Amino acid sequence: MARNIQSLERAAAMLRLLAGGERRLGLSDIASALGLAKGTAHGILRTLQQEGFVEQDAASGRYQLGAELLRLGNSYLDVHELRARALVWTDDLARSSGESVYLGVLHQQGVLIVHHVFRPDDSRQVLEVGAMQPLHSSALGKVLAAYDPVAHSEALECERESFTAHTVTAPEAFEEILDLTRARGYAADTEETWEGIASVAAPIHDRRRMPVGAVGITGAVERVCPSGEMRPELIAAVRDCARAVSRDLGASRF
Amino acid sequence: MTDAHTAGPFVAAIDQGTTSSRCIVFDRDGRIVSVDQKEHEQIFPKPGWVEHNATEIWTNVEEVVAGAIAKAGITRDDIKAIGITNQRETTLLWDKNTGEPVHNAIVWQDTRTDALCKELGRNVGQDRFRRETGLPLASYFAGPKARWLLDNVEGLRERAEAGDILFGTMDSWVIWNLTGGVNGGRHVTDVTNASRTMLMNLHTMEWDERIAESIGVPMQILPEIRSSAEVYGEVTGGKLGDILGGIPVASALGDQQAALFGQTCFEEGEAKSTYGTGTFMLMNTGEKAINSYSGLLTTVGYQIGDKKPVYALEGSIAVTGSLVQWMRDQMGLINSAAEIETLASSVEDNGGAYFVPAFSGLFAPYWRSDARGVIAGLTRYVTKAHIARAVLEATAWQTREITDAMTKDSGVELAALKVDGGMTSNNLLMQTLSDFLDAPVVRPMVAETTCLGAAYAAGLAVGFWSSTDDLRANWRRAAEWTPRMDADTRAREYKNWLKAVERTMGWLEDES
Repeated sequence: MARNIQSLERAAAMLRLLAGGERRLGLSDIASALGLAKGTAHGILRTLQQEGFVEQDAASGRYQLGAELLRLGNSYLDVHELRARALVWTDDLARSSGESVYLGVLHQQGVLIVHHVFRPDDSRQVLEVGAMQPLHSSALGKVLAAYDPVAHSEALECERESFTAHTVTAPEAFEEILDLTRARGYAADTEETWEGIASVAAPIHDRRRMPVGAVGITGAVERVCPSGEMRPELIAAVRDCARAVSRDLGASRF
Repeated sequence: MTDAHTAGPFVAAIDQGTTSSRCIVFDRDGRIVSVDQKEHEQIFPKPGWVEHNATEIWTNVEEVVAGAIAKAGITRDDIKAIGITNQRETTLLWDKNTGEPVHNAIVWQDTRTDALCKELGRNVGQDRFRRETGLPLASYFAGPKARWLLDNVEGLRERAEAGDILFGTMDSWVIWNLTGGVNGGRHVTDVTNASRTMLMNLHTMEWDERIAESIGVPMQILPEIRSSAEVYGEVTGGKLGDILGGIPVASALGDQQAALFGQTCFEEGEAKSTYGTGTFMLMNTGEKAINSYSGLLTTVGYQIGDKKPVYALEGSIAVTGSLVQWMRDQMGLINSAAEIETLASSVEDNGGAYFVPAFSGLFAPYWRSDARGVIAGLTRYVTKAHIARAVLEATAWQTREITDAMTKDSGVELAALKVDGGMTSNNLLMQTLSDFLDAPVVRPMVAETTCLGAAYAAGLAVGFWSSTDDLRANWRRAAEWTPRMDADTRAREYKNWLKAVERTMGWLEDES
C-alpha cells in the first residue's frame, strides 16, 4: 500500500479544526492543537489560503474556513450567501447613487432578482426579490450573457422580445453589445426594457473568476442618463460595488 | 462618488462591544466614512465565568480610534465630537490613582453572581428591587458583580471605602481614559448604562442609596449619572491626546439603546429589534416608565441633555442566530448560516413541525428555567427542510411573543418593526416575521445602527445635528416586508406554536 501524504493529512486536520465550534483560530492555536511547529502550520495555512479553503481575518490575523469550501460542497454559490455578502455594499451603492439597487443571478432563461435595496427617498416601494428580468435587454441580463457562457447561450436561443423601440433583438447586434460589455466591464440599458427607465450593471466574480451574478442600479432615465449619456460617477459606483462584493467572495483584486 | 458624498465635518463613534472594539466615522448624512475594529480576548476562568482584560480593551479602543481616523484620511479639525456605545452591564473596578484595573472586567454573560442574586432576593425573591430599578435580580446586572469583586479581591473593600476605587461599566472606563485618566479623567456614566446596574432609581435617575447598601456597594465608588447626549469632557492626554486632543466626548449609550437611537425610534410605540446570536427588542414608551407584568425589563431608552428621559421596555430572546449556528455546527444540516434560507425555501410550510429552542430555559415572557428545547409535531412526512423552516419560524414567533407582551404592558400596538443585525439578510425570515406580527417589517439602509446611535447622540450634543427631526431625515428605508398571511392561518399557527412552548416546560424536575 502507498503511504499517505503527511501534508495533506495535516491540511485535512486543520480544516476539521476550523470547522469545529470555535470558528476563528490564531496560528499558535492551530499549531498547538495539531502538535505542529508554527512554521509548518503556517506553510500549510498559506497554501490553503491561496486555494481559498481558508481565509485570514485582516484585523485579528485569525483563520477561518474560506468561501471556496462552500462552492465545493454545493458546486454553485448559494444565492442567500451571495445576498448576505453583498448586503453592506449594496446598501452603500443605493446611498451613494440615490437609486435602487438590484442583484441578479441566472435562472432558467432570465435574471432572478435575489436582492433589492430601495431607492433612498421616502417613496413607497415594493420589494422585488423573486422577480425576473429579461436576459437580452436588462443591464443585469446583458452582464450575465456577456460573462457567463450558459447565460450567453440561453440569451441567444430564447425569443428576444421587443419591449420598446430601443430593444435590440437581432443576434449580430446583440453580440456586438456583449462584446462592448466585456470590453468596458459593465452593461447599460437605456429604455430597452422599460420606457423611461435606465440601468447600469457590472459582474460579480468569485475567486475562480467565475461570474456568479450581476449588480446594478435602476432609475428614471432623466436622472441616470441626463443628456443621453450614462453618468460616469454612477458607472464607477456600480463597478466599485461589484468589485467589493467579488473581493468578499474571495476574488483577487483587479 | 463615494468621496463626493462624504465631505466633512464628521462624528466618530466608539462601539466597545463584547467581542471587539470598533470605531466608525460618520458624515452628516449618517453614512459610513471609515471603520476600524479589533477583537479582544474572551477569558473563561471557570465554567459560567466570562472576563475581559480592561487594559487590553482600552489599548484596542485607542488603536481603532486612531485607525478609523487614519483610514478616513482626516484630522482633528474634521471631527466635531466622539460618542460611545458599549456592551452593557460588564463591570469594572479600578484604582483612581494608578488607573490600573483591580481585576478583569466581569462580563454581562458571567453567571458567578447567581447565588448572590438569590441571596439578595431574601424572602421577597427576584423582584425585590424591580419597582425602583425596573429589573429582576439576575446575574446580568452590574451592581451584584461589583459586590462580588469587593468581596473577593483582597483588601478591595477597604480601598473602596478609603475612596481610592472607581466603579464603572465600559462606558465609564472608556470616558475616564479618554478624558485624561489619572490626570483628571471624568468619572461619569449615562442614564442608560446606569439603568442596568440595579443601583439606579428609574424615577429619579439617581443612585438609590438604600439599594446600594442592600447590595453592598459603597456610594463613593459610583460615577456621576449624566444624560446620554452632553459633553462629558474633552479628549486629553495619552496616545489619542496627540491626534484628537480637545475633541468633545459627547455621548454614551448602552448598545441596545444606541440601536434604538440609531434607528430613530423617537416616538412612543416605535420599536427596533436587533437579530444577532440572540435578539434584543426595545420599544420606546415615551416619558413613562412602564412596570412590566409580562416578564419584560423596564429601562431607560435615552436622555438628550437636560430634556426628560425617555423610557423603554425591553425583551430579549436568548436563541435566534445561534439556533441557525446550531443547525450548521451541531446538526450539520447546512454548510453556512445563509443556507438555512435555501433549505427552508425548498418547502412551502413547516410540514407540521415546531421548534422551540429553550436550550437554557424559556426567557421573556415566560422565565421558566425548567424548560428545555423541543421539536414538536414530528411525523414521517417531515424533512430537514421543514425543520429548517421551523427554525426560522421560531425566531419569528418568539418576536411575536415579545411584541404581544409589550402591547399588553404598554397598551400601544406595534405599528411597524424596525430591524437590524446579521439575520436581516435572510429574506424568508423577514417575510415570516411580517406575516406572524401582522405588521410591516422595515430594514434601514445603515446596518451599523449601534454606532450610528452613539454618533447621533454625540452630534446632537455639540449641535452637529440640530434636532431628532434632522436625524429622522437621515433615516433611509432599504427594504420593507408586508404581511401576506391570512388571519386564520396566522391564528392556527400561533396556537400550534404556543402548544409546542407548553411542552418545553417542566422538563427539568429539580427546579421549580
